[in-house]
Amino acid sequence: MKENTDFAPVLTPQDYKLDSPVKWCAGCGAHAVLSTIRNSVPETGVKKENVVFVSGIGCSSRFPYYINTYGFHSLHGRATAIASGIKIANPELSVWIVTGDGDSMAIGGNHFIHLIRRNIKLSLLIFNNKIYGLTKGQYSPTTPKGSITKTSPEGSIEEPFNPGELVMGSQGSFFARVVDTDVKMMKDVFVQAAMHKGTAVVEVLQNCVIFNDDVHDNITGKDVKEDHQIYLKHGQPMIFGKDRNKGLILRNNSFEVATIGENGITEKDIQIHDAHSGDAVRHYNLVRMDQPDFPLAMGIIRAVTKTVYEDMLHEQIAISESKTKIKCMDDLLKSGNTFEINETTP
Amino acid sequence: MGKNPKIIELEDVVVKFAGDSGDGMQLTGSQFSDTSAFVGNDLSTFPDYPSEIRAPQGTIAGVSGYQVHIGHKDVSTPGDLADVLVAMNPAALKSNMKWLKPGATIIIDVDSFDDKNYKKAEYTSNPLEDGSLDGYNVVKAPITSLTITITKEYGLDAKTADKTKNQFVAGILFWLFNRDITIGESFIQKKFKKNEALVKANIAVLQGGYNYSETIEAMATTFIVNPAKNKKGLFRNISGNVATAWGLLAAAEKSGCDLFLGSYPITPATEILQELASRKHLGAITFQAEDEIAGICSSIGASFTGKLAVTSTSGPGLALKGEAIGLAVITELPIVIVNVQRGGPSTGLPTKTEQADLLQALYGRSGESPVIVIAATTPGNCFHFAYEAAKLSLEHMTPVILLTDGYLANGSELWQIPEMKDMAEIHPPKVKDNQEGYMPYIRDPETLARFWAVPGQEGLRHRVGGLEKADKTGEVSHDPYNHQVMVGLRQEKVDRVANYIPEQEIIGEKDADLLVIGWGGTYGAIVSAVKELQEEGKSISLAHFSHISPLPKNTAEVLKYAKKRVICELNLGQFAMYLRSKYPQYEFTQYNKVQGLPFMISELKAKFTELLEN
Repeated sequence: MKENTDFAPVLTPQDYKLDSPVKWCAGCGAHAVLSTIRNSVPETGVKKENVVFVSGIGCSSRFPYYINTYGFHSLHGRATAIASGIKIANPELSVWIVTGDGDSMAIGGNHFIHLIRRNIKLSLLIFNNKIYGLTKGQYSPTTPKGSITKTSPEGSIEEPFNPGELVMGSQGSFFARVVDTDVKMMKDVFVQAAMHKGTAVVEVLQNCVIFNDDVHDNITGKDVKEDHQIYLKHGQPMIFGKDRNKGLILRNNSFEVATIGENGITEKDIQIHDAHSGDAVRHYNLVRMDQPDFPLAMGIIRAVTKTVYEDMLHEQIAISESKTKIKCMDDLLKSGNTFEINETTP
Repeated sequence: MGKNPKIIELEDVVVKFAGDSGDGMQLTGSQFSDTSAFVGNDLSTFPDYPSEIRAPQGTIAGVSGYQVHIGHKDVSTPGDLADVLVAMNPAALKSNMKWLKPGATIIIDVDSFDDKNYKKAEYTSNPLEDGSLDGYNVVKAPITSLTITITKEYGLDAKTADKTKNQFVAGILFWLFNRDITIGESFIQKKFKKNEALVKANIAVLQGGYNYSETIEAMATTFIVNPAKNKKGLFRNISGNVATAWGLLAAAEKSGCDLFLGSYPITPATEILQELASRKHLGAITFQAEDEIAGICSSIGASFTGKLAVTSTSGPGLALKGEAIGLAVITELPIVIVNVQRGGPSTGLPTKTEQADLLQALYGRSGESPVIVIAATTPGNCFHFAYEAAKLSLEHMTPVILLTDGYLANGSELWQIPEMKDMAEIHPPKVKDNQEGYMPYIRDPETLARFWAVPGQEGLRHRVGGLEKADKTGEVSHDPYNHQVMVGLRQEKVDRVANYIPEQEIIGEKDADLLVIGWGGTYGAIVSAVKELQEEGKSISLAHFSHISPLPKNTAEVLKYAKKRVICELNLGQFAMYLRSKYPQYEFTQYNKVQGLPFMISELKAKFTELLEN
């Protein structure tokens, strides 16, 4: 079974709108993600009844209540497990998980890595605001070390997770990073995530206006974003900067930032982004890049072909069904050693 | 050739096989039970194995056992005490002496009875010489050495040759029970059909055991157990776990909802996952999850898509699933949670049986979280109760916890094969595409089940979730009065299931001097004890419950007339607490056992007799 994209009528964002009020704080980055999703889903070509949004607990996880699809607002950390069941049970559905940095990286960390390892075909959006918002401001697994929060009044003493590193470590087939202030980038990536054959993880750098305002400012600020982000596109040179004159070169098998026109560097020296390469080390290095030495990598960092869990499972079922002599329960009940007992005496 | 021994006809007989966990005693035992079924005996079996896979050889901790009870009369338990013990080493003998009937036949592999093994079994004197076996009929058979001699000419390696010694044991038993040895030969031919050398060697060893018995004249008496007198029809020997898996498959076929099992391996429930994983040819979808929580959560996801969703576990796993069961309660999605109870708390006694998860099943969740709870009573009827669990869950849109236990799960019995056409219809409340006015919490007025629309259906898009929902519309609601309405509706929905389950049966007079009350997997022992006392003319009756939540509608009536009531269970009194809370007008005494072991008929009879006399 494959996702059914045939004969789908042309849909618009309006098809996914609900009348109920959206209850995120004014200025929350989630609003932009929601409207971008409504714009993106019609472009996936999926019948609207086949779209399912699944979420866990947290601010981000109210998402299914704000979009007119089948939706499941589930348990803290468990959206990944519930969505796995939905997709495996009915591979024709187009399944989205909406989760946050606490939901997916802390309480749901176990399910997160196993989902990715299995490569079940669905899209997973992590709203990463690096803080617990719904419980009002405790540090999360992605909060930078040293951050002062309600539960780390002297500064957090924990090393944060980088979601992309977990994806690479779990043999993920797709990882992308976007920011809630760049609607065009989000839409482009969301549509490709939905088309990806496997688990597509998209980290959305999201602003929490109340408890962690401007946490991503050093990446998203108007005056710095060109120099502090690099928007990766498969097959294109990895160039960035306000003047489009900086890029990633390889030296001693490691990435370095170089300026075109300086030290004899020309555009030819700039590495081409290969998102489809099986070499996870290169993608891992890109995922790890951060300020101040590197721009933060945005866009689709990795999108590789791997076998898909539910395809293989349903293939095994189909083969078993075609080969067996035991076609129904009556056959099974009478299979193997059975004993006819009729006589009351020997 | 020896003299013809005396042949005694027995109503029933209990054989216990015991050896190192590597000795293949489970295999020897199941081969014996299959042969017994083949010759038409009623039967019940129970394996008794340590939680270690291979505990140190020769030690008490490493003893693995398999008990088989066969009968001309009805057999409902694996038997209290053994008539025949096969002990492959001193440790097996030592640990089983207390489970032997006086005068029992003990067959030992004398080759392993040496000082080294006496030491390992912590014997301070030689049991073959110190008089401790006086009064028993001891057959000292050189099983290992004769097996090696016999297999020499078949070119087996030492390890494989050693493994054939259980056929020597089988040969002895064929002779002891006057059975046609060709039955055993054809079993071997079937089992090793791909390896001719193994077929020949095993048959030779089987014949060796048979001929040895005939020759040595050590067994002056042999036995015949005639075919079961009260059974007629097509039967198979089935364990509780397999019966559970098959009952679920049957419900999937009947309801038209594919089976989805999300589960995590845990003793003693794992076999349900294994069995269903091997039933892909019947369309079963199994998902071995990363943990217990993902096991149930994946199933809840599958339920959302319209499948027959199941998760299987044992006590500690049920605890981990508690939060997700609450989610299934509030989203009103059907799911069957099979809990194969074991000794607890915590890891407890993983391979032993207990009934101490009853209150966890009833109440072990946050908030007001009612579910249907039913309990299977024999290995074979795990099939019917798994089927009923699925039917109730699907038709009433609510989680059902099916309680079995280690004793039912691993035990087996001769079970009459049902026909699918005789199984009850199952009608989940699914809705048609574009049904006008569909809202997720509109209910069937009779059952109060909500209607089940699934992703992919046109015109029915909706959202469910763990937040409280408004009555009918399913919108998120924090309204205080709505919450009370919804809590009430979820409880009432489960309570009304009482209209869809059978009334509670009483075996015996309802105004007996003593009403024995049991539930779940203790049925075999309790019913045997009660019937034996009834035959002795005692005024005693039995109400053995399978439907726990809700209780059958006539429960008060069942309890009302007896002069005394005793509740027997393998815990400290959980069903007693439950019944007292529901029926405070009645007095109950308790009989509880928490040893990781099933009840023995004899101890129950002693207790009941005491209660009847005082």
